[in-house]
Amino acid sequence: MTDYVRALVGGALIGLAATIALVIHGRIAGICGILARVLERDGGRTFRVGFLTGLVGTGAVLSVVTPGLFGTTSHGLPYLAIAGLLVGIGTTFANGCTAGHGVCGVARFSARSFVAVASFIFAGMVTVAITGGHP
Amino acid sequence: MKAFVLAMLSGALFALGLAVSGMTIPAKITGFLDITRDWDPSLLVVMAGAVGVYSPVVRLARGRRAPWLDGRFHWPTRNDVDVRLVAGSMVFGVGWGLSGYCPGPALVSLVHGALPLVVFVCAMLSGIALVRGVLRQGAQ
Repeated sequence: MTDYVRALVGGALIGLAATIALVIHGRIAGICGILARVLERDGGRTFRVGFLTGLVGTGAVLSVVTPGLFGTTSHGLPYLAIAGLLVGIGTTFANGCTAGHGVCGVARFSARSFVAVASFIFAGMVTVAITGGHP
Repeated sequence: MKAFVLAMLSGALFALGLAVSGMTIPAKITGFLDITRDWDPSLLVVMAGAVGVYSPVVRLARGRRAPWLDGRFHWPTRNDVDVRLVAGSMVFGVGWGLSGYCPGPALVSLVHGALPLVVFVCAMLSGIALVRGVLRQGAQ
């Protein structure tokens, strides 16, 4: 039960983060979009650099204060490089990831995002069914 | 200054949300994607929490002309479903299923995860740059 409560509370915090991005900056809190366009000169650079600083910086603080919140991966570096490459390539073609499509897009009832979410969850499930899924 | 600090707050809350919800534990992600063994539905609960808070905000924002610190909202413009969306999402899904990491959790875990996460994130950035380069060429 407490696992689900934490999941819900964590999710609400994510929703709050996205709320600030929208209400204050008028922007979508989609991680890949922010990352892919971080240095672009379209007026959103302050938002994107600030957001990523907060994201990575908070992760750094948490790694010291509450390291138990992080899991570990047992995979080798080449394996992780391939996985990372696929994530980078895929999300850029799809113009979004679990944050952009899964949270922000779904909240807007975007058909594009529903299809994206179904696609990446489907592909993820097939992948884990084949590989066994041990991180 | 205000804009930067508030953007940092947004990123900080996002990171906190991911960590508190367990999404920075790859085993919870692969557990969600593992339908043949012990299924962990946590990811759905996280999404429900996020969408539950954010969805009403979107509705309210639609009725407004501008956000607080910008002249206009930057809503996504595309509504069509195309091959790129589906194929791209599936490729992403494979990488996600292989590692248990997607962009957000990977960045939040960067410092804690050290070299393995640095490799993942660098590879991810390479993939992003590669595709953006390809798409830009195609548009010319």
